[in-house]
Amino acid sequence: MEDLISLAVKAIFVENLALSFFLGMCTFIAVSKKISTAIGLGISVMVVQSITVPANNLILGYLLAPGALAWAGFPDVDLTFLGLISYIGVIAALVQILEMVLDKYFPPLYNALGVFLPLITVNCAILGGSLFMVERGYDFTESVTYGVSSGFGWALAITAMAGVREKLKYSDIPDGLQGLGITFITAGLMAMAFMSFSGVKL
Amino acid sequence: MGLRNFFDRIEPNFEKGGKWERYFPLYEMVESFLYTPKAVTTAAPHARSYIDMKRIMTYVVLATVPCILMALYNTGYQTNMAIADFGASGWRAAIIGGLGIGFNPANPLANMLHGLTYFLPIYITTLVAGGLFEVIFATVRKHEVNEGFLVSSMLYALILPATTPLWQVALGIIFGVVIGKEVFGGTGKNFLNPALTGRAFLYFAYPAQLSGDSVWVPVDGYTGATALAVSAADGMQALAGQGMTWWNSFLGFVPGSMGETSTLACLFGLMFLLATKIGNYRMVVGCLAGMIGFSMLLNVVGSDTNPMFAMPWYWHLVVGGYAFGLVFMVTEPVSGSHTNTGRYIYGALIGVMVVMIRVINPAFPEGMMLAILFGNVFAPLIDHFVVQANIKRRAKRHV
Repeated sequence: MEDLISLAVKAIFVENLALSFFLGMCTFIAVSKKISTAIGLGISVMVVQSITVPANNLILGYLLAPGALAWAGFPDVDLTFLGLISYIGVIAALVQILEMVLDKYFPPLYNALGVFLPLITVNCAILGGSLFMVERGYDFTESVTYGVSSGFGWALAITAMAGVREKLKYSDIPDGLQGLGITFITAGLMAMAFMSFSGVKL
Repeated sequence: MGLRNFFDRIEPNFEKGGKWERYFPLYEMVESFLYTPKAVTTAAPHARSYIDMKRIMTYVVLATVPCILMALYNTGYQTNMAIADFGASGWRAAIIGGLGIGFNPANPLANMLHGLTYFLPIYITTLVAGGLFEVIFATVRKHEVNEGFLVSSMLYALILPATTPLWQVALGIIFGVVIGKEVFGGTGKNFLNPALTGRAFLYFAYPAQLSGDSVWVPVDGYTGATALAVSAADGMQALAGQGMTWWNSFLGFVPGSMGETSTLACLFGLMFLLATKIGNYRMVVGCLAGMIGFSMLLNVVGSDTNPMFAMPWYWHLVVGGYAFGLVFMVTEPVSGSHTNTGRYIYGALIGVMVVMIRVINPAFPEGMMLAILFGNVFAPLIDHFVVQANIKRRAKRHV
């Protein structure tokens, strides 16, 4: 239990997907203008992340890893080269389902997220989460923890970013930096503040 | 009134259509530094208040005076102590030797003077380098050079160790002024504390000189560890062995960054800021509560391997930059939370974070700077949720 908690804290703060690995930047920067939308997107990413990482863990464990197909009578088969395409497939299917659910039950959020909802499919934070899971050899419970907490960390980062950007509405930014420019600088400064966790060993 | 007449005579040159129109910010800076600004609101509504930007900023600078005096004294004192063992060299020794004052650590005048030879170059570099970029931005963007820079530069100089090379001093303040403040439009529009942004930049860019592990006493051959590094490595008992008592730390006779060693001097500043209502007591209360609560919790939890868990709250208060940050950085109105409830939460977040970084994070011995920057990042979000909660509460009242 203790190592699961430390894994969660590590995924949320120390190895924050957005602010220490800079993954999922396109959505992080494009959908952080309003806090409410950012929270919505953050929750969506968290949901997708907490389903895809464990799902991909199962796929890896029972289909792709060397010797994983022993239950079907193929103990020598190694399908790991199919990894990337299977993970993307799982992510795409899940995002499709999430989109339909949001359209049916939360139309305002669906409209607010617009094109960025299908774009979660190609959000590097999501694929990154699955690939980290493979690389670090998490088991099933660990990958559930990692999926939820890394998604939460990303949601936290984008919400804080939206807060700062709402505050920056009152600032007087030079013409050349307005829009994306200042957002990149803001993200960099936020990453500097998140450096306070770098080096934490749990 | 000769000076006033001089200003009145040259003023038309700087106004619109004058021959030095582009340098108006420069003129305005010097004039409003010397005289009360003449600009008043011309259209209704009129709010009468004696507090304007100039007064706020001047009060903060006044509040740092005890810290400055202590910075001069302690820097000189620490250096003179070390010189007794290692000998003096360099241009500073030449100046002091030339004045015939000597390096006796028991002589307050010698200490002050020696401290001055360290503080003054750093402060002047800060003013020149940062001020240059302030003026460039003000001239190009046609806004005023703000008194806010006086505060930022003073605080920045005080949180630097005396050994910082001057080019790093210049680099840090330029980063702080430009990236921390001017790209957002100047004073009052930034979301991070400019002085801390510059300091954090130096901290991460040149960790060898500025990380806070070893002691910052500017004498060749002197090595040692700061109070935080000692207790992180060997536990609280080791502190006494190094001659660092609680009273010494409270009064500020320990090595450290120039202005932040003395908790007592910071408390004088705090009283002044609270009495003039420049600093908001809610942030201070929140920050103290967060620090005391979390460090007590860690005391109870305990740890066999990490001696920092056992550090009591009254030690956290006096070591490192906690007191200085609490008084001058946490209370900063621009980058902190703006709602009253939010201020308690903001303060508490910083208090918890500083203990967390000091105790749990082995990479950084000191955490106040990063904790405040972290608080700055979340301050707007805290405000948002406080406002939303307020809206919800009032909507319930009027169904």
